[in-house]
Amino acid sequence: MKKSFKEIVGGAVSLVTGMRITLDQFLKNFRKDHNVPYPHATLPIPDRYRGHIIFTNDEAGQSTCIACKSCEKSCPSDCIVVEGEKKEGAKKKSATIFELDFTKCSLCGSCVEVCPTDALMFSKRYNLASTSKAVYSKIDLIKDLETRMAKQGLRQPAPAQTAPIQPAPVQPTEPQQIPQETPQQ
Amino acid sequence: MLLTKEQALARSAHSVGGPNETFVLNLGPQHPATHGVLRVKLTMDGEFIQRAEPVCGYIHRMHEKMGENRTCAQFLPNTSRLDYLSAMQYTHAWCGIVEKACKIEVPERAEYIRVITSELNRIASHLVGWGAWVMDLGGFTPILYAFDDREKILDLMEHICGARLTFCYYRFGGVVNDVDEHFLNGAREFVPYMRERMRMYKKLVTENIILRKRIEGIGIITPDQCRRYGACGPVLRGSGINYDVRRAEPYSIYNRFDYEIPVYHECDSMARYLVRMDEIEQSLRIVEQALATIPEGPFVNPKVPKVLKVPAGDYTFATEAGRGRFMVRLVSDGSDTPYRVKLRTPCLANLSLFEETSAGMLLPDALAHMGSLDLVIPDIDR
Amino acid sequence: MSAVIEFLGQEPYWSFVRLALFLGGVAAFVGLNAAYLVWVERKTAAYVQRRPGPMEVGPQGLIQPIADAVKLLSKQVLVPPGVDGVLFRIAPVLIMTPAMMCFVALPYGSALVPADIDLGLLALFAFASINVMALMLGAWSSRNKFAIISAARVVSQNIAYEIPMLLTIVTIVLMSGSLNLSEIVGKQSGWFWNWNIFQLHHNPLVWLSFLTFYICMLAETNRAPFDMAESESELVAGAFTEYAGMSFGVFFMAEYANIVVGCSLATVLFFGGWNIGLGPLLGSAPAWVGALVGLAAFFAKLYALIFTVIWIRWTFPRTQFYGLLNLSWKILIPVALVTLWLTSFLLKVI
Repeated sequence: MKKSFKEIVGGAVSLVTGMRITLDQFLKNFRKDHNVPYPHATLPIPDRYRGHIIFTNDEAGQSTCIACKSCEKSCPSDCIVVEGEKKEGAKKKSATIFELDFTKCSLCGSCVEVCPTDALMFSKRYNLASTSKAVYSKIDLIKDLETRMAKQGLRQPAPAQTAPIQPAPVQPTEPQQIPQETPQQ
Repeated sequence: MLLTKEQALARSAHSVGGPNETFVLNLGPQHPATHGVLRVKLTMDGEFIQRAEPVCGYIHRMHEKMGENRTCAQFLPNTSRLDYLSAMQYTHAWCGIVEKACKIEVPERAEYIRVITSELNRIASHLVGWGAWVMDLGGFTPILYAFDDREKILDLMEHICGARLTFCYYRFGGVVNDVDEHFLNGAREFVPYMRERMRMYKKLVTENIILRKRIEGIGIITPDQCRRYGACGPVLRGSGINYDVRRAEPYSIYNRFDYEIPVYHECDSMARYLVRMDEIEQSLRIVEQALATIPEGPFVNPKVPKVLKVPAGDYTFATEAGRGRFMVRLVSDGSDTPYRVKLRTPCLANLSLFEETSAGMLLPDALAHMGSLDLVIPDIDR
Repeated sequence: MSAVIEFLGQEPYWSFVRLALFLGGVAAFVGLNAAYLVWVERKTAAYVQRRPGPMEVGPQGLIQPIADAVKLLSKQVLVPPGVDGVLFRIAPVLIMTPAMMCFVALPYGSALVPADIDLGLLALFAFASINVMALMLGAWSSRNKFAIISAARVVSQNIAYEIPMLLTIVTIVLMSGSLNLSEIVGKQSGWFWNWNIFQLHHNPLVWLSFLTFYICMLAETNRAPFDMAESESELVAGAFTEYAGMSFGVFFMAEYANIVVGCSLATVLFFGGWNIGLGPLLGSAPAWVGALVGLAAFFAKLYALIFTVIWIRWTFPRTQFYGLLNLSWKILIPVALVTLWLTSFLLKVI
């Protein structure tokens, strides 16, 4: 009898303690909202964030990819398709096709780590949405690099007329209007 | 629509009635309380469960088969997706087994980083398990507090490896990136913050009379049942058996730290609850000690060959994941892809004792009991 | 125009006009409360859980309830095949009507009571008992195993908690000497220590009576921690699983209407209703000022109690129903009986 009485009183005290804690939290959050009102505001993305891979560029605005296919071999999900050839007057091969199937990518980073020329890096793109699968199942990294370099005003890659993509401009000072099909930042 | 007498009689002939009639209730695969795609076929007599038959396989993704088609390095992302809440610990097991087989040494700093990140991952995993369980019981607030704490851990993880859930941070011979002062200071600040939060959770949830009445004495799992089904983790330690892989089969540098293994002998859901709460505190102790003594040095062994061929043989390696003993068995024939990868996951063993222990329970009690097993369904189905 | 008003002011017609005004007022009050109590609940839950709650639709999400109402109205009222057609369609009506009828006897001011019934308290409880039947009928006719389980739980829970509630009410009736709610409030006029909750010389355990009444009110309205009927994580949506669109909306509104009735009753019985407790300080003000101030006082007490109901929901987990029944049969009924005995003893002796 005494035990059950103590249990009732102890139980009631525990309920009141719990209510005090939630009231405390309520008042604390009522005074100041600690949340970021996404999408009206966004958080800064950490440096090492893993978005889908994109090309790095050297000072001339060109990719350092030598089309060795190490990334294609090391990918566990078979997402990468690389083809390349040695251009006239170039010392090494360069990529003519570099497509990523992001619908299969698991962001493991094998391709980034294994690349001998550090040609790949993770982007910071997280706001990815489109109405067609093709936008993400065939991300063209070469075209994406050109778009980004054009935006930054760097020189475009040397004329690569054998490439099946849009022809590079011959006047490097004018930014080329490349159709915006690649995923936007 | 009013029925004629014949229609009404015909209908009642099919309906649930009589004294010994049971009906089958399907819990899942889409159900708020099963935390994943688990189907439990309950044969119920009123509110009592006569038989609970778990049907798993709805998220079977053939990870073990994928292990046979991929090289060891290519299998690393798969390990994060088995029990996604303990991703670091599962990757640790895979890296551990390959390092053991190929005799790769791991530098000191990398071992410390692995221990710190694994223990932080354990804290995050227990927070989710706890929060989700209390939510099943009807308290919708603690899960959001738990996720608030978990945000701090995930922000630290995102800072070092770029991912928040499927980390893929460890590599053979170390880790992929070094940790910087931001991470170490963040982890140092996190420890006292989390201790303060644990005090609040104790007052808000653990000592709450309603919760205590819900889980004390519910779901008794005897030590003999644990042995028969191969249960492990907090389920085992809540039944009085002191078995933790970090003590029983030591790996990495866990034997350098001073920590306790919480064991409770009451065998009920409350015991398992308290084991998890105490494990969070012990993980904080390990993190604190590791942060105090982490040495400088390389974060990865530079001499790991690019194409790793595991010598032929049969290897095993076990780690203590958030839910129990995760063991990997690697059978290699000397080529660059394994011959067989066996993943012995803790949740399948823990789930299998649900059928026996839930017989004769009331439905809400059975759900409280299932929450105490802390199941992650992709871990069951792999 | 003035001729019409004068015509309607005559006795038989004036009662009808007054009745129509009150019915309109009650319907509007219940509707507004149901809609905006949902907003209060969502915002309170959000702030307790460290998030902002509805913010997008209107400033601080104030138009959210209207958006939800429009959504519910625009959905098809699905009647699944095989359900009992009549009962399935009647259940929402059966649950909303008693909730609204309870307002007939509740006094919000000295002149603001739709019908000054002498047995007002009894009428109120008679109406309140119908909602159990409505829930059970709705669940039974849904032909859904989850709903049937929840109906069984609701019936046992509500029957168990009616008893301590009525015992507590009898205690208050003994203290006030009347079943007429306006008279009960009238007895608590003057200074705030005249309120029943402070009348320790008539009933030293009146705080315990209030607590018992409050807990029973939570259980009767199926609010957490006693919401076994709709325990979302176990039974999908419990008794309402098969209802869609506006019929679900009506169940929802009825729950909030019941909460308002319960808290209004607690205010009337324990906290002096529309008395602000400052004695004769406002005696010289005109009548409509007094009525307005009284209404404001009533609402302040009412919404403080409703906030506590919401606060409790977001703090505690759900009880297991044998714990729930144990609480009622083994704890609350003995407490209520002891309180009743003590009050009657003191009233007879003193």
